[in-house]
Amino acid sequence: MVETYQRRSALAHLGLVARAAGSSRERAGIIMSEVPHRTIVNIRGMASDPAFSSAVQTATGLPLPEAANAVSSAGVWQILWLGPNEWWITGPDGEADSLIEALRANFAGQHAAACDVSESRAIIRLKGPKARDVLMRGVSLDLHPRAFRVGQCAQTGLSRANALLHLVDDAPTFEIYVLKSFSDYLWRWLETVARDFGLAVEA
Amino acid sequence: MLLIPCPFCGKRDEHEFTYAREAHIARPTNGEQMSDAEWAQYLFMRKNPKGVHYERWMHAKGCRRYFNVARDTVTHEIYAVYEMGQPAPAIERENGR
Ligand SMILES: [Zn+2]
Repeated sequence: MVETYQRRSALAHLGLVARAAGSSRERAGIIMSEVPHRTIVNIRGMASDPAFSSAVQTATGLPLPEAANAVSSAGVWQILWLGPNEWWITGPDGEADSLIEALRANFAGQHAAACDVSESRAIIRLKGPKARDVLMRGVSLDLHPRAFRVGQCAQTGLSRANALLHLVDDAPTFEIYVLKSFSDYLWRWLETVARDFGLAVEA
Repeated sequence: MLLIPCPFCGKRDEHEFTYAREAHIARPTNGEQMSDAEWAQYLFMRKNPKGVHYERWMHAKGCRRYFNVARDTVTHEIYAVYEMGQPAPAIERENGR
């Protein structure tokens, strides 16, 4: 466990708080920010096993999304579909240990696993009417609102970095999960593209 | 560019996938009794058809699952996509190439 006073988010070195102070959101087509320190718990199990899905629901209060690219969410918690037997549970910082404890207790006797991957990803939030235009320059995914709807997620390549996109609302707001080692690169790439559409930075 | 239908995520650009060579090659269980030539046959020799090829792909930038694809090596047409462990489907080709 990292000491709290030493803890820095993946993009802390970019000084986004200071930049946000001098950043005008008027007429910005894109507002970029970092979502620091979010709990991410990876779970594996058989979606077809009702004991597994009810174990997850008991621990999180959320239904397990079984459809491809689906997300179930309530308040600050969400479950993101990653594959036919793999999900991320994401929520507020510092909740991983107690969540994993609850999950593992419920998984007793099952072929299932839960593990903390919170520190593996940085999260970049891209918000504003031009957010799709920015992403379209780096993904091959169809981002049209008919094809990629609010409350869906998809893992894909974003300017050659593996990333998960979650469309949170129809602002539209995208949350982009990327390996921390790619986060500096991806932020700079997104920022370069976003400048074409009027960029503001938010803390 | 191919649009490959991942059996789990749906249609995605070919750049999201890695190619994992010929499908349905079972590792022999009697390796000790096999000659070097027979072992080499298992290890190295692969089909190279002009037409339907049964092969594995992995959705590397998506769900990271392996699956099988029946693809035409001439036209790149994808006839079938099916999960690992499933038998190869028979493909009837209309153009008879
Ligand atoms: Zn997939």
